[in-house]
Amino acid sequence: MRAAGIDIGSRTVKLVALDEGGAIAHERVEEATFDPLGVCARLLAAISVDRIVSTGYGRHLLQRLIPGAEPITEIKAAAIGARALHAGCGAIIDVGGQDTKAVAIDPGGRVLKFAMNDRCAAGTGRFLEVMATALAFTHAEFVAAALAAGRAERLSSMCTVFAESEVVSLVARGALRDEIALGIHQAIASRTAGLAGTVPLDGDVLFVGGGALNGCLVREIGSALKRPLVVPRSPQTVAAYGAALCALRVLV
Amino acid sequence: MSEDYRPMWKGLGLDLETHDALLAALGAGYAQTFLTQKDRPEGMKYFDFVMSEVHGLRVKELMDAKAAGRKVVGSFCVYVPEEIVLALDGVHVGLCAGAEFGYAEAERFLPRNTCGLIKSFFGFSLTRVCPYLSASDLVVGENTCDGKKKAYEIFKDMPLVHELYVMDLPQVKSERGRALLVDEYTKFARKMEALAGRKLTVDNLKEGIARVNAKRSAMHRLAKLRAADPAPISGLDALLANQVFFYDDPERFTGSVNAICDELEKRVEAGKGVAKKGAPRVLVSGCPMAVPNWKLPSIVEACGAVIVGEESCVGERGTRNLTADKGATVEALIAGIADRYFQVDCAVFTPNPARLEHVKAMADAYQADGVIHYGIQFCNPYQIEGGVVERELEKAKIPTLRIDTDYSMEDAGQIRTRVEAFLERIKG
Repeated sequence: MRAAGIDIGSRTVKLVALDEGGAIAHERVEEATFDPLGVCARLLAAISVDRIVSTGYGRHLLQRLIPGAEPITEIKAAAIGARALHAGCGAIIDVGGQDTKAVAIDPGGRVLKFAMNDRCAAGTGRFLEVMATALAFTHAEFVAAALAAGRAERLSSMCTVFAESEVVSLVARGALRDEIALGIHQAIASRTAGLAGTVPLDGDVLFVGGGALNGCLVREIGSALKRPLVVPRSPQTVAAYGAALCALRVLV
Repeated sequence: MSEDYRPMWKGLGLDLETHDALLAALGAGYAQTFLTQKDRPEGMKYFDFVMSEVHGLRVKELMDAKAAGRKVVGSFCVYVPEEIVLALDGVHVGLCAGAEFGYAEAERFLPRNTCGLIKSFFGFSLTRVCPYLSASDLVVGENTCDGKKKAYEIFKDMPLVHELYVMDLPQVKSERGRALLVDEYTKFARKMEALAGRKLTVDNLKEGIARVNAKRSAMHRLAKLRAADPAPISGLDALLANQVFFYDDPERFTGSVNAICDELEKRVEAGKGVAKKGAPRVLVSGCPMAVPNWKLPSIVEACGAVIVGEESCVGERGTRNLTADKGATVEALIAGIADRYFQVDCAVFTPNPARLEHVKAMADAYQADGVIHYGIQFCNPYQIEGGVVERELEKAKIPTLRIDTDYSMEDAGQIRTRVEAFLERIKG
């Protein structure tokens, strides 16, 4: 293995290592825990590479462990990774643990414009986790229930704290759990589509990040944007893959 | 600080314990933000001194001026005409509004979703830590945004506020708007004459105009020098000069900025700068940054970019035009002053196309690679206009990043990610 990319996110750490030809030789996703650098050390101990590029929320952290590691933002990393995976990609929607991003890419693969959610966790992966818990669902049950619901309860609040109390009052009014679950997904989808609408959406739109593992979110964001979203094989590791490609480019 | 100012602060009614905490935080923040910069101009030592004495020596000068019968006027806005204050031998100072301080107290009177600047000046008053507020014989408010308008209605009864005078302002750049401004400045002149116990004359008004124009001219010189690549001074240091503009002694300030400009001219000639030649150059546009609001510029410059201009009230929007000194009567000179301030393109005006043109002109003049639009959360005028500015600049192929934030540091990491990604985009 020649080059690696590591994406230190708020909820998970993703590692992708490439061989000489740029093929993925190694791929891991781990919980970030309270010690993301320790997780990085453990993940990196399993491989040997010539060059590493870090990205994500903790990108500057890795230099403490590997002084030569170059940090790039997850926006640039995701753009490189998405374009390499899907040549027709013109824009990315990334729903991560604490951030939601929309990135437009120009024909040359460069970032044309990007937008990110406000400072709080509204509309991010963390929001979904909190809401699933509020409904006493596991995450898988939460998604399955939302997918199966015939109609949705409407949620007005997008603040994680307020939405939780809104869910509690919906439950108290006797609303169906499945319909609340769908309502939560639709609320996030509409907010994400709104964010995506602030950047030019040309070509295929790739949906990446942990949020893209949620089938209901894929369906609802696609429906809010009135276009199907392309979900890559491993949506969580797209930025790590982009970082690894960036590391490999310097080498070859 | 070189002297024991505690008796003075006590006399001003400050809460000494809370004030100590504020000064300690301010000092540490200043050292970390400014003194860690590389290759600063020698002349910035003056500003280091000013900041180290920000609640000390300068406040003592105000107290000495008051003892000599001069009046101190405090304000929060660039529409308050300093020329009239100086003409009547008064002292004009900008008041504290740039830190997250006393918010819990402020929120007893203001909704939580009030902009940081307004919450801050309530906080400084309610926690009794702003010596400038207490030293002001008159605080001049102004009907700019809705937040400030309504806040002044209750600010008059807040601690350390001795007398509050509120000026009306036009919202439209029409003949009627201009007439309103002339009328309001005339009323303000009468108010100031009564306060100072003096009369405005053609001579003293011309002198007031000359003194403020000299300050502005020094800032114009500084602004032009920043067009050089490499930039001879950091955006943080230039912002500091713009901030100190509001409360330093006018002549000492003008002299100090001109001395820095002499030094920067030599730097530019020698091709020396604070960042590498070719480093990304950013123009900041939007809401004002009052001391000690250095959050965004310190993040931007820590990421390796250099800020080459501020399209802001604490910046070129506030200082750009000179006041005409032609006029044979006091009335004609006041009309000339109003004409100068009427050109300030604050987002409270509707519509406000001149501001967008100014942002574009600045981006061009200072060779900016991109613009960061800075909005203080809950500032409707600038946040709404920010969307238009962003769209129009992108249309003109000027990369633009919009940052809406407040004075707290909790989103510093997220802002850093956006700024880094923006710089990656600029570099291509």
